[in-house]
Amino acid sequence: MYRYDEFDQKIVDERVEQFRGQVARRLTGELNEDQFKPLRLMNGLYLQLHAYMLRVAIPYGTLSSRQLRMLAHIARKYDKDYAHFTTRQNLQYNWPKLADIPDILADLATVEMHAIQTSGNCIRNVTSDHFAGASADEVDDPRVWSEIIRQWSTFHPEFSFLPRKFKIAVTAAPKDRAAIKVHDIGIVIRRDASGTLAFDVYVGGGQGRTPFVAHLIGEGIQAGDLLAYLEATMRVYNQYGRRDNLYKARIKILVHQIGPEEMRKQVAAEFVEVKAQGALALPQAEIDRIQAYFAAPAFETLRDDALLAQQKAQNKAFAAWHDINVSPHKMPGYAIVTISLKPIGGVPGDASADQMDLVADLAETLSFDEIRVSHEQNLVLAHVKQSDLLVLWQKLDAAGLATANYGLITDIIACPGLDYCDLANARSINVAQAVSKRFADLDRQRNIGELKLKISGCINACGHHHVGHIGVLGVDKKGVEFYQITLGGSGDETASIGDIIGPAFAENEVADAVESLVDLYLNLRQPGERFLDTYRRTGIQPFREKLYAAH
Amino acid sequence: MPLIKNNEFVDNAFRHIADEEALPDGAIVVSLKRWHAERDALMARNAPIALRLSSDQSPEAIGADVHHFAMIELEFPKFKDGRGYSWARLLRQRLNFKGEIRASGDVLRDQWLFMSRCGIDAFEVDPGTRIEDFRTALTEQTVFYQPASDRVATVLELRHKTHSSSQRASVAAE
Repeated sequence: MYRYDEFDQKIVDERVEQFRGQVARRLTGELNEDQFKPLRLMNGLYLQLHAYMLRVAIPYGTLSSRQLRMLAHIARKYDKDYAHFTTRQNLQYNWPKLADIPDILADLATVEMHAIQTSGNCIRNVTSDHFAGASADEVDDPRVWSEIIRQWSTFHPEFSFLPRKFKIAVTAAPKDRAAIKVHDIGIVIRRDASGTLAFDVYVGGGQGRTPFVAHLIGEGIQAGDLLAYLEATMRVYNQYGRRDNLYKARIKILVHQIGPEEMRKQVAAEFVEVKAQGALALPQAEIDRIQAYFAAPAFETLRDDALLAQQKAQNKAFAAWHDINVSPHKMPGYAIVTISLKPIGGVPGDASADQMDLVADLAETLSFDEIRVSHEQNLVLAHVKQSDLLVLWQKLDAAGLATANYGLITDIIACPGLDYCDLANARSINVAQAVSKRFADLDRQRNIGELKLKISGCINACGHHHVGHIGVLGVDKKGVEFYQITLGGSGDETASIGDIIGPAFAENEVADAVESLVDLYLNLRQPGERFLDTYRRTGIQPFREKLYAAH
Repeated sequence: MPLIKNNEFVDNAFRHIADEEALPDGAIVVSLKRWHAERDALMARNAPIALRLSSDQSPEAIGADVHHFAMIELEFPKFKDGRGYSWARLLRQRLNFKGEIRASGDVLRDQWLFMSRCGIDAFEVDPGTRIEDFRTALTEQTVFYQPASDRVATVLELRHKTHSSSQRASVAAE
């Protein structure tokens, strides 16, 4: 994985000292909260319902064991022994004290981490495929390009006060595991007919109040021109994105209002100008330098493990976990392991300091010292020998980390909701817990198959409900929490925005409603169909009739 | 408003002229509207002229006229309105404007460095601003990833030793 050189380190160190000065000015009263707000919001520090919340960037979701141990250490020393992994592949501390923040950032800097641009109207943490470097279907490691984008976007002098926040996601596989089409910019890396890397740039996707699937704006951009193309896109947005209305300020609204064709024209014209300046052309030496950090680890030459079948036959729980949470690796004899942070009835995405330490230890000994955070709020060990899977499972199981539910209905994405967030209209965690308990039976979950259930506590859609096969949105009706259900959303390469099925449900009705929808799917499905496939075939009508029949 | 240039407080040589106001002698700042309406008369004056752009006015519309101005003032009505950063870069890098670019309006201390990197070299600041704070703000960060209008060697150039000079070119000195 990437390691800082002296320049990267100095940028982060200087930022720590700068923020220390800003916090000092706030603590002495030289700055009032209104004046401090834009400064802290440049550095991932929010004021939530009960306390400050610090959001730490995990660039493209990749961590070393040392970094994860530091995150655990910070949770212990400055917070309440746990932290929350988010849909942006970031980590949030919910209870830090303002006076401690500079020290937390200094601790993070010692392991090449920071909270830069995890909030504010700037280019946020770049996200990517959590199976990068391990999955057979990718054409290149998308983290190379994510890192290049990370550096270009860090403290960009022109684009730090955009009309609104800006999110970029990168994938290099035809199977989109990074939900790139619901990002402000989504990049698909492919190889053209000659085998050369080409970058398709999708622009104007997003969720929130007005969800859109992104349009293909830049097709087949060459590697050396990637940053010039991004700069051109950002400049068009910075000049012409709306600033009169907070809710219409994202680039998706600009693309929608002027149309993708006009957007293509404007970006293309700006691209010519930026390229002519030349300064943003990526030298091959830099691409090579960064690529070297992401070179494949020293895989052994193995065959697929012969003992595995026997181990599975002897241990039903291990077998189930293996079938569900272990994905194929590009190298024979290796596997990709998803560590679910969705225990039945638990808080999606939360991990204790002890759990983080354990995962760090396991990654160090069994997975080339590397951990991934997925946008689905799970952790991934990307390079585990198949012959180590049983012992890995045993250790995870002992720590409550072996929940077998990857991709199943209890692998729920949920935002922190009204339990923490001052933007929320309703709680999310309670609904996730109720649905999780309702579908706790593993045989039942496996029979249902892949079903992505996503819950947001407000229209900002941090819980990605718009792209849930089943989405749940918390709303406030005269001071009471209600939940609106959407169906048929998807964040993958067939991205679609879910359809609202009808009037919202009370909190205690949500699990019943989900169960009713799932039961109907089981009746309607044809062989091999997932929930999403059945829904796309039948449309919303049978689901609507079933759900509201009793009302 | 106090004005900072070259890391020092300086006198403001330009007088703001409202659109209806009669043209006085001496250095003045006019709006884009007035420039369009009275271009010939303004050019016939024998005194420096500066242009004031609101945040929704792109300097690209001025084109080659840009070189008639001794100074261009970019207004920042709210600190969140970041269009001026793009205007400054277009002025410096596309229109090749060599005169003063001044930032006025709602500007935070922690924005001065970004502005400087984009090519802004004069800053109207709140009364009470200390010059030490300004100097500190401009040196709190010294290493930069992006090429910008200040022509400072980027991290990429330092890594690969491709920059002709690793000295920071002082925008303010232009």
